[in-house]
Amino acid sequence: MFDRRLIENFNWGLLGLVFFIGCFGLVVLYSSDTPAENSAGRILFSKQLIWFGAGAMLMIGSFLFNYKHLDRWAHVIYALCIILLICVPLFGRYVGGAKRWIALGPVSIQPSEIAKISVIIILSRYYSRVISSGGLTFRNLIPPMIYTLVPFILIIKQPDLGTAMLILIIAGLITVFVKIERRTFISILSFGALCAPLVWYFLKGYQKQRILSFLNPDRDPLGTGYHIIQSKIAIGSGMMFGKGFMKGTQNALSFLPEQHTDFIFSVLAEEWGFIGTAVMVFLCFMLIVRGLHIAYGCRDPFGTILAVGLTAMLFSQIVINIAMVMGLMPVVGVPLPLISYGGSSVASVMVAIGILMNISMRRFMVE
Amino acid sequence: MADYLKCIDSEWFRHRLSLGVLAVLLTFVIITARLFYLQIVEGEAYRVLSENNSVRLQMVEPQRGLLFDTRGELLVDNRPSFDVTVTLKDAKPIRTTLDRLSRYAGLSLDELQSQVENRNGHPAFKPLVLRSDVDRNVLAAIEVTRFDLPGVAIDVNTRREYVNRSSAAHLLGYLGEVNSDELKAGKNPDLRAGDLIGKCGIEKAYDSILRGKRGGRQVVVNASGQVMRAIEQVDAIPGKNLLLTIDHRLQQLAETLLNDAAGAVVALDPRNGHVLVLASSPPFNPNAFVSGISHKDWEALVSNPQHPMENKAIQAEYPPASTYKIITAIAGLEEGVIDENTTFFCPGHYYFGNREYRCWKKGGHGNMNVEKALTESCDVFFYQVGLRLGVDRIAKWAQRLGLGSPTGIDMDQEAAGLIPTAAWKKQKTGIPWQGGENLSIAIGQGFDLVTPLQQAVMIAAVANGGIRYKPIVIKAIQDENCNENLDIKEKVMGQVQIRSRTLEIIRKALWNVVNTERGTAWRSRVEGLDICGKTGSAQVIERKEKKPEKEPNKRLENLKDHAWFIAYAPAQNPRIAVAVIVEHGEHGSSAAAPIAKELIRFHLQAEGGEDAPVFDQKTLQAMH
Repeated sequence: MFDRRLIENFNWGLLGLVFFIGCFGLVVLYSSDTPAENSAGRILFSKQLIWFGAGAMLMIGSFLFNYKHLDRWAHVIYALCIILLICVPLFGRYVGGAKRWIALGPVSIQPSEIAKISVIIILSRYYSRVISSGGLTFRNLIPPMIYTLVPFILIIKQPDLGTAMLILIIAGLITVFVKIERRTFISILSFGALCAPLVWYFLKGYQKQRILSFLNPDRDPLGTGYHIIQSKIAIGSGMMFGKGFMKGTQNALSFLPEQHTDFIFSVLAEEWGFIGTAVMVFLCFMLIVRGLHIAYGCRDPFGTILAVGLTAMLFSQIVINIAMVMGLMPVVGVPLPLISYGGSSVASVMVAIGILMNISMRRFMVE
Repeated sequence: MADYLKCIDSEWFRHRLSLGVLAVLLTFVIITARLFYLQIVEGEAYRVLSENNSVRLQMVEPQRGLLFDTRGELLVDNRPSFDVTVTLKDAKPIRTTLDRLSRYAGLSLDELQSQVENRNGHPAFKPLVLRSDVDRNVLAAIEVTRFDLPGVAIDVNTRREYVNRSSAAHLLGYLGEVNSDELKAGKNPDLRAGDLIGKCGIEKAYDSILRGKRGGRQVVVNASGQVMRAIEQVDAIPGKNLLLTIDHRLQQLAETLLNDAAGAVVALDPRNGHVLVLASSPPFNPNAFVSGISHKDWEALVSNPQHPMENKAIQAEYPPASTYKIITAIAGLEEGVIDENTTFFCPGHYYFGNREYRCWKKGGHGNMNVEKALTESCDVFFYQVGLRLGVDRIAKWAQRLGLGSPTGIDMDQEAAGLIPTAAWKKQKTGIPWQGGENLSIAIGQGFDLVTPLQQAVMIAAVANGGIRYKPIVIKAIQDENCNENLDIKEKVMGQVQIRSRTLEIIRKALWNVVNTERGTAWRSRVEGLDICGKTGSAQVIERKEKKPEKEPNKRLENLKDHAWFIAYAPAQNPRIAVAVIVEHGEHGSSAAAPIAKELIRFHLQAEGGEDAPVFDQKTLQAMH
């Protein structure tokens, strides 16, 4: 049963990139995990190592089976995911004012992270059947809209604005990739512009606050406005060569909020300078190009669109996170893949990478 | 496989993908350009900013609202306190700075150093409090030597001050540092670790009104940490002041009269439920909690057998004893098991089955009707009323008059008391209600438990014709512009339908209790003031007979009955209702009634316009 070509086609380049970025991330996390001479130990660092170990298992699990099974099981996966999302407000637990977690036996999971991937899978399945060189018509777009909006609404209610927006963006990127009729595209864009006020109505107070204080940082000088200023100071003060490993003052003095999750890129920028950020941005670029290359090599529409979707997920998270800490986007709480601390972030990214590897390994199996 | 492969070939995908790569490339170029701009072009400027760490966030704490009594007398104030702080980042070298600080200001060097060492991850750029609430000498010494003390600053804060120290301590409550559970509850998202919040009493119940909203500012500081200018400022919104319904003079009088004996006094205005007095004794000093109470003092408070931390007025539950005969009498008359002429003979005891139930008066009261029985507190009469009523009908009237459930006062941990029914006992103990228990229930012994506040509400309802008001402690809320919001209206919790004839009989009997020689509170009458009331002596339940008698005298003291007196006055159009309990005071007539008498006299005379007649010193001395 075992096919030698699976090994020959294994994407070592992708694995290498993930390894490099992950190690770089751990170095930065190590540094950000030491608030002001607190010798309580590098708990986060050791926990992140465990997350990566678990993530590696998930990655391996994600490429062992043939990805075409995902096409067959797409609806089941999607349905299970929606059920989990519905369970969150019923049985979830509160962490920091939001219900995002649900306990499944001994482990707690964030169903919103699973939702990202299951939406990609079901959209890939759908688009691979309706795709045409002329582009999608409006009628074609109704099912994917439903597929996307159901989890979107459930997640925004948690509330988790970052992940909800991310799902919308990923779905949008996939849809644009499979091409929409020009006429439909224009009308959707104008419809979206009309709907923006409606979305505003659904946002929670603090979410509106964040968007407003992004548009005008003077609005909230004590909260997000201050965080953006401090983050920019941290990034800018890194200059060309950075202050050096463990020498970041903005970081060490706890000026940065969420310095090991959302704002970890600021720590990297402060300590490693432009050299460090340029290398990191380049590695991320390579990761995205790798993902698109896998899509390029795949000769089956489902696999191609799936690869594009997963790459779009990594891409949008990277761009949103970096843009956010540089003050180019509102602070929405999207972690930086492979760098930010956090088990669920590591898990979903590793699963995405695993599926990409899966597609890459089986590109020879056309029929 | 499928049809779509015919119309879509991989060339089409490849074309789309190369567009995608272009878009990705463009995005990453923009990101890199922005990084280049921040780190290379503007890097120098940001480096300077970060090296000075010159932009800092300072919180501006709001003023907490003040509390005033009903006459506008200040009860809880904020006074300035001066805290010595050090910002570690600016105070280099830290050793020298602490050494100088210790010499100039006469503070212990060891203590300063241990505070800096045990700061537990306190960020170096934030001021660390070394000494709070220092006196003027320390303040002056630091101010004149400031140039020698980099990073040391005097922080002017406000400190809560309970003006009358322990007076009304249970009612007012106190502030304490917010704990992690309160933070997690997330009721107030502005709360941070280290904030002070109300821990009990009014400080807790009205915390959100008193608190106000924190402000802050971004400031630019120079190399030694001094503020150069503010970039942005958000003003703090001060908390609102509260005007209480309490009359502080009356409150203090009640506390003086209790004289540190364990007990409680509650006085209400029967016309609207305004709480005039809510005193619990022995008291504690809430000022001790403001600066953080020492472990030893806390232990002493908690282990004190008289439970000074307990607000006995609302949290302590006692058997109502003979005061409960009011309930039994109302129930008997309203349920029609007796009428005003029903007479029982009291020989001093009553046999139920083969058990003898005694009257408190050994020789007996003779022939008793309900009015006489209530006046003289005849047990035998009420045994028989209890037998005719049964427990459930008594419980019905007790509950209607507010016993057995919280009164709804806006305060923490109000006890519910307990009014037993037959079903309750069966469920709780598995044993059915026994006929004999109807006898003890009728005179307020057995399972019955009430709080002093419930008793005050009950007697107020008798006084005002059956209206059960929610006890209110806040009369008005005053905003920062001193505009008073008087929207706090009285709230009726229940209206009991009692026939006016029944009320007449009960009221007449309660008047007789104080104003006739046969009444149990005859000694507490005041010429010219029509006080109506009822005494009670509650048996202490915790009688443990097998305890070794190490301290026989003390044990005896602890087994003495609790003294009750509940009253209202004047008889026509009552303006005050009072409930007094003195633990182990033995007789309601001697321990509790005089307290109520003085309060009523003071209140009615003060209201009558005579300006603050100082209460009778002789009576006071005679009592103690």
